[in-house]
Amino acid sequence: MKSLFYSVLAAIISFSFLVPTTAHSTEQEEIVVYSARKEHLIKPLFDAYTKKTGVKISYITAKANPLLERLKAEGKNTPADLLITVDAGNLWHAAESGLLQPVESKTLTTAVPENLRDPQNLWFGLSIRARTIVYNTNKVSADELSTYEDLASSKWKGRLTLRTSKKVYNQSLVASLLEQHGPDKAEEIVKGWVNNLAIDPTSNDTKAMQAIANGIGDVAIVNTYYYGRLMKESPELPLKLFWPNQNSTGVHMNISGAGVTKYAKNKAGAIKLLEWLASEEAQETFGALNQEFPVNPSVAPSEEVKAWGSFKGNPMNVKVYGEKQADAIKLMDRAGYK
Amino acid sequence: MAMRKILIKIIPLAVAALAVTPILVIFSSALQPRGELWAHLIETSLPSLTINTLSLCLGVALGTGILGIILGWLIAACNFPGRRFFSTALLLPMAIPTYVFAFVFLGLFDFSNPLQIFLRNKFGIPPFDVRSIWTVCLTMTLALYPYVYVMAKAGFTTQGQRCLEAARTLGCTTQSAFFSVALPLCRPWIATGILLVLMETLADFGAVSVFNFDTFTTAVYKAWYGFFSLSTASQLASILVILALSLLTSEQYLRKKMRFTQEQSHFNRIQLAKPKAILACTFCSIIFCIGFVLPVIQLTLWALDTTALELSSRYLTFSTNTLLLGILAAVVTCIGALALAYAARFQHTKATQWIISLSTLGYSLPGTVLAVGIIAPVAYLDNLYVDIASLLTKHPAQPILQGTICVLLIAYGIRFMAAAYGSIHSNMQRITPSMDDASILMGVTGWKMLRKVHLPQLKTGLLTAALLVLVDVMKEMPITLMTRPFGWDTLAVKIYELTSEGEWERAAIPAILLILVGLIPVLCINQKTDPV
Repeated sequence: MKSLFYSVLAAIISFSFLVPTTAHSTEQEEIVVYSARKEHLIKPLFDAYTKKTGVKISYITAKANPLLERLKAEGKNTPADLLITVDAGNLWHAAESGLLQPVESKTLTTAVPENLRDPQNLWFGLSIRARTIVYNTNKVSADELSTYEDLASSKWKGRLTLRTSKKVYNQSLVASLLEQHGPDKAEEIVKGWVNNLAIDPTSNDTKAMQAIANGIGDVAIVNTYYYGRLMKESPELPLKLFWPNQNSTGVHMNISGAGVTKYAKNKAGAIKLLEWLASEEAQETFGALNQEFPVNPSVAPSEEVKAWGSFKGNPMNVKVYGEKQADAIKLMDRAGYK
Repeated sequence: MAMRKILIKIIPLAVAALAVTPILVIFSSALQPRGELWAHLIETSLPSLTINTLSLCLGVALGTGILGIILGWLIAACNFPGRRFFSTALLLPMAIPTYVFAFVFLGLFDFSNPLQIFLRNKFGIPPFDVRSIWTVCLTMTLALYPYVYVMAKAGFTTQGQRCLEAARTLGCTTQSAFFSVALPLCRPWIATGILLVLMETLADFGAVSVFNFDTFTTAVYKAWYGFFSLSTASQLASILVILALSLLTSEQYLRKKMRFTQEQSHFNRIQLAKPKAILACTFCSIIFCIGFVLPVIQLTLWALDTTALELSSRYLTFSTNTLLLGILAAVVTCIGALALAYAARFQHTKATQWIISLSTLGYSLPGTVLAVGIIAPVAYLDNLYVDIASLLTKHPAQPILQGTICVLLIAYGIRFMAAAYGSIHSNMQRITPSMDDASILMGVTGWKMLRKVHLPQLKTGLLTAALLVLVDVMKEMPITLMTRPFGWDTLAVKIYELTSEGEWERAAIPAILLILVGLIPVLCINQKTDPV
């Protein structure tokens, strides 16, 4: 009995040491991806690509910063060919840390608008995440709303609900305000927001919307796909989207995107995959999987997303979010935005 | 004699060296200060963070301590209807990760849930925010009390009742016997339990961020994820290490004051009179319901809603991965902890004490920070190996360490050494030194003494340690995320992926599975450690 137990244990252990060897790209064909975009939002695309081309894709998902740290530590021996992540700030930092290499590709520069990719072509946006205003239709009429900046005015006292400042989406939004208005004005706006809060900042966008739907606050700032998801689950909620800053700067846009790693073993394969992800064929799915907007202007958003109406987006290059991120967090700390 | 040297010196030193490396890496990266960032932190958030962290620790320590001791005493020393059932049942909340507790709690009680809507419609109570320091403490207490409970129960059970009987013969009431005899005797066990809870609390990121409650750990993450300053994050983490170290030292001081040994004896439990028995039974039921039944019902309801969307055959792999990693890590960690406990037994030097304290510090560090401390040296060694091997063989070599399960298991071992060491060491202290002398006289030494004399008596401690590590590893998220090999996704990884995009309901399926898989070790090991 005992010897059986030991042999089973030995078998399990040796088995488990054997398994991970596939990770290193032995066949030249395989592409290794480090992704901070969640598995269920990318796996369908990888499966489709493998089906179409026969190229195998290995991937590992984790949070953005640990992945960057892993890339840094692995240095030139990294198995990763492509880095996919959400938020322009993370991509900018990856580029700053010298983890990405420039990609010269006509296909990519035509598929991805200029403000949604790195000026040196180190990374490319693959989907647009618009951060906009949601309001409770029972308590607010659309003509009361105008801009992000206006939410700082005293008429919204006790009526605003925000997600925590620790979330990078808010850091990017404030970074764009910093770029637009300079530090003093931006801080004034954020302070105004904090003054108007109906409730301590929530841990996520969905909670913020649920709060205003239940009468805690009247307006919130959220990414559209959270709105889409919530309304799919509970269509009865009295919530509606509003596109702010249409007469001025435009709606704040962030991206999810990707770049080829500096020490990619399969650079050609990674570029091909990246080009395919930006192509019309993949873009439809890429956005639709999470109700985001495609970056490729020749691809229309999914029906659900289209129903929210079209808007003017902010033409600012998204790399600003990375450059100004630290300043934005400090500003929010000073303003008491938790 | 050579054998003995290996056993009590070399192996423990090797274990300690492995365990201390990441902590040194963290400390050393903390040596590159970014003054302006610190000035900013001190000016804005550090004071409130400190108060938050300390009050959270105090609240959770008190909560889990009181709850754990009461329940441990009731189950170990008293007899009432349902006692045997509750003996196991009260352990079950351990299978639920703290972050799952937190999001279930908010799902149950915040403004968008049926309870508040009912109160609003029926009584006109306006919607209210349930997030506060009190509810964070409450949630973490419910999630973590089993650590104290399992230790206290083991303590009360194994201390034997002769002392208690003696006390009562000498005229003590049950009450005063409890306070003046049982509780002090049990202190090392309880202290170990509370220490584990405190270290978990310090390292917790998931639960506090669901409540948006700022602590040192959230600041560590903010410094890293927001300011992209790993060195500032390491500095903040070093403060956590120092806090934990002072906790450990004070525990050792407490422990040194009481060296005692008691063999296990059969326990005649105190038969509770009817009103008291009903009270005990009700109390246990309430804790069991809030701590386990309620969250499981809520998770099940969510899971049913999302089955079609989320459930697939891949979950079988996730579950077996989770269990397999847990078992392997439990074996590795227990062996390491046993080596340390052995060193502590035979070498009463200050240096040994320090080495052991340092080796168990991983438990108090936020997992991600610890993971960096592990990945950095591993990658360094790998790069070194690749350079040398390429030079020697003139062929490009492949890294051999990174992305293997070996690294992951070592990382788990470092993270959870404290959980394993605590119970093995407590158990070891109960084996009388005269046993060692007797076996040496009989010529039984070294490995043979370990196998024939100590291991049989360490069964309870080893099993408890394995249980703690197994359950902890299965719930562990950041290290698994960062160091797992390709294809080794676990249930906790799945929960992370779904919750990080706010899809709490969809995360119910992996969460339920995680609890179910976690029940296996909790149930089978509890049976072995629980005398009837």
